Amino acid sequence: MDKIRESILTKSHASKLERRGKIISFMCLGGICLIVLAIFIFIAYRGLATFTSDHVSIFKFLGGTKWNPEVTENGHPLVGALPMITGSFLITILATLLALPFAIGTALMMTDITPKMGTRILQPVLELLVGIPSVVYGFVGLTVVVPFMRSIFGGSGFGILAGTFVLFVMVLPTITSMTVDALKSVPKDYRSASLALGATRWQTIYKVVLRTATPGILTAIVFGMARAFGEALAVQMVVGNAALMPTSLVAPASTLTSVLTTGIGNTVLGTVQNDALWSLALILLLMSLAFNLAIHLIAKRGELKR
Amino acid sequence: MKKRWPLILIGILIILLGFAYVTRDQSKQGESITAVGSTALQPLVEAAGEEYSKVNPGIFVNVQGGGSGTGLSQIQSGAVSIGNSDLFASEQTGIDEKKLTDNRVAVIGITPILNKKAGIKNLTTKQLQAIFTGKVTNWQQVGGRNQKIVIVNRTQGSGTRVTFEKRGLNKARSIASQEQDSSGTTRQIVATTPGAISYVSFSYINDTISVPTLNGIKPTNKNVTTNKWQIWSYEHLYTQKNTDKVTKRFIKYVLSSHVQDELVPQLGYIPIKDMQVERLE
Repeated sequence: MDKIRESILTKSHASKLERRGKIISFMCLGGICLIVLAIFIFIAYRGLATFTSDHVSIFKFLGGTKWNPEVTENGHPLVGALPMITGSFLITILATLLALPFAIGTALMMTDITPKMGTRILQPVLELLVGIPSVVYGFVGLTVVVPFMRSIFGGSGFGILAGTFVLFVMVLPTITSMTVDALKSVPKDYRSASLALGATRWQTIYKVVLRTATPGILTAIVFGMARAFGEALAVQMVVGNAALMPTSLVAPASTLTSVLTTGIGNTVLGTVQNDALWSLALILLLMSLAFNLAIHLIAKRGELKR
Repeated sequence: MKKRWPLILIGILIILLGFAYVTRDQSKQGESITAVGSTALQPLVEAAGEEYSKVNPGIFVNVQGGGSGTGLSQIQSGAVSIGNSDLFASEQTGIDEKKLTDNRVAVIGITPILNKKAGIKNLTTKQLQAIFTGKVTNWQQVGGRNQKIVIVNRTQGSGTRVTFEKRGLNKARSIASQEQDSSGTTRQIVATTPGAISYVSFSYINDTISVPTLNGIKPTNKNVTTNKWQIWSYEHLYTQKNTDKVTKRFIKYVLSSHVQDELVPQLGYIPIKDMQVERLE
């Protein structure tokens, strides 16, 4: 009796293992949460210093068009971030719009039209594109795209259009591979049913497959935008880094990331110039948060429809 | 097999930590010197550091870039032994110069550079100022060809830009324009963009760009030493007031005749002892 009682009351080896596993998992989770939280607090603390200790009004920061942190005007440093914000958004949106038709076309080739060729040729090509470091894209942009722009549009060739072309190649694999996943998750029955009703392949793709996969494709777009928005090096090499409101697509402009990467080495921690850069970093962080939220919202709405 | 993976993971972690420990930075034992900052000064400190290690085995000079601002803020916080800077500490906001010792090791000249198609042989300071402040937008207005002026600046706060604006533009500020964070890229852009103007240190002058005279004076090292050519700056190795012996000895080595007579001119800098004038700010 006692033996049975004992074996029931004491923990078995398996349950001990389970507990140990749980503790390890929770510790990993806690560690990651802590790191994310620490990053948030640090960037927010530094980024908000522009407004709290340097007394720059937040509207002047978001709406001002003059970026010259070394100069003070009426007692306030000139830190208008609108040119960079506009530049970042313009490049992101243009690159994504440009990549979208290519991505959907490629993805359809891979899932519905020629799946064999898709997995054999297109998949490795896309993976290769993902693996190329961004500095290589930037370098190619600097030596090929920029002179090309210069020969067609004149000026220096640097600008939003050059950045768009470089980012287009960079976000294409992200959007394509996620669109492929979305298309693959459309149940086969849908396609079969559509074909059985007498629809052509084009009609099936257009009216059934793409419609069903819309939430997935939207998620792919947002992911692509998030990548484009955060890309620093490649864009910085071709955009020209002029903190001016973009007046044309082929005139030098700047993005949040390009101003950050070029400026951070020339400022001293704790000065207005440095704080202003941290504020730009804060905007980047908030934007990536917004992109994440958008992805969750889309996923939720997509579920409801089904 | 399944149970082994945590062990393997821990094993890898231990190996990594062990490796990190073996290869750890041993600067606290006074055998390594870390110098951080100006990219313009980096080649000289690197070359001097290499030679120094040859003469003094066991002492390693670790040189990193990052910009003059980084160099000054790192030395101020005491994170490194030497802060490399193109600027006086007083020229950088947020730096308390009284806490630092200034060691000037070389001088570097900076010159405006033009795209060859601008068709300009000489510029006056007034013209240069008018170009960079946006009052003149076509090369025709200063005696060149009918070609729009494209200004290429270095990043705000970069040592070269601060010096150029202070000495070349008489403290005027350039209008906002495209900015590049390296001299090499700047030169390439000026070489390939019609009507482009920028500025680089003397060591970046080559055949792909044209170098105008300024007020009739040629940008040569000799003219810098007599201050006839006024756009130049010191290269500083900043240290903390009471730095350790190893760092002091290294700086003495950089100022020794071997480095000053051979390495400094070889790498395109001007030796400090050749200067016939002195600047205090």
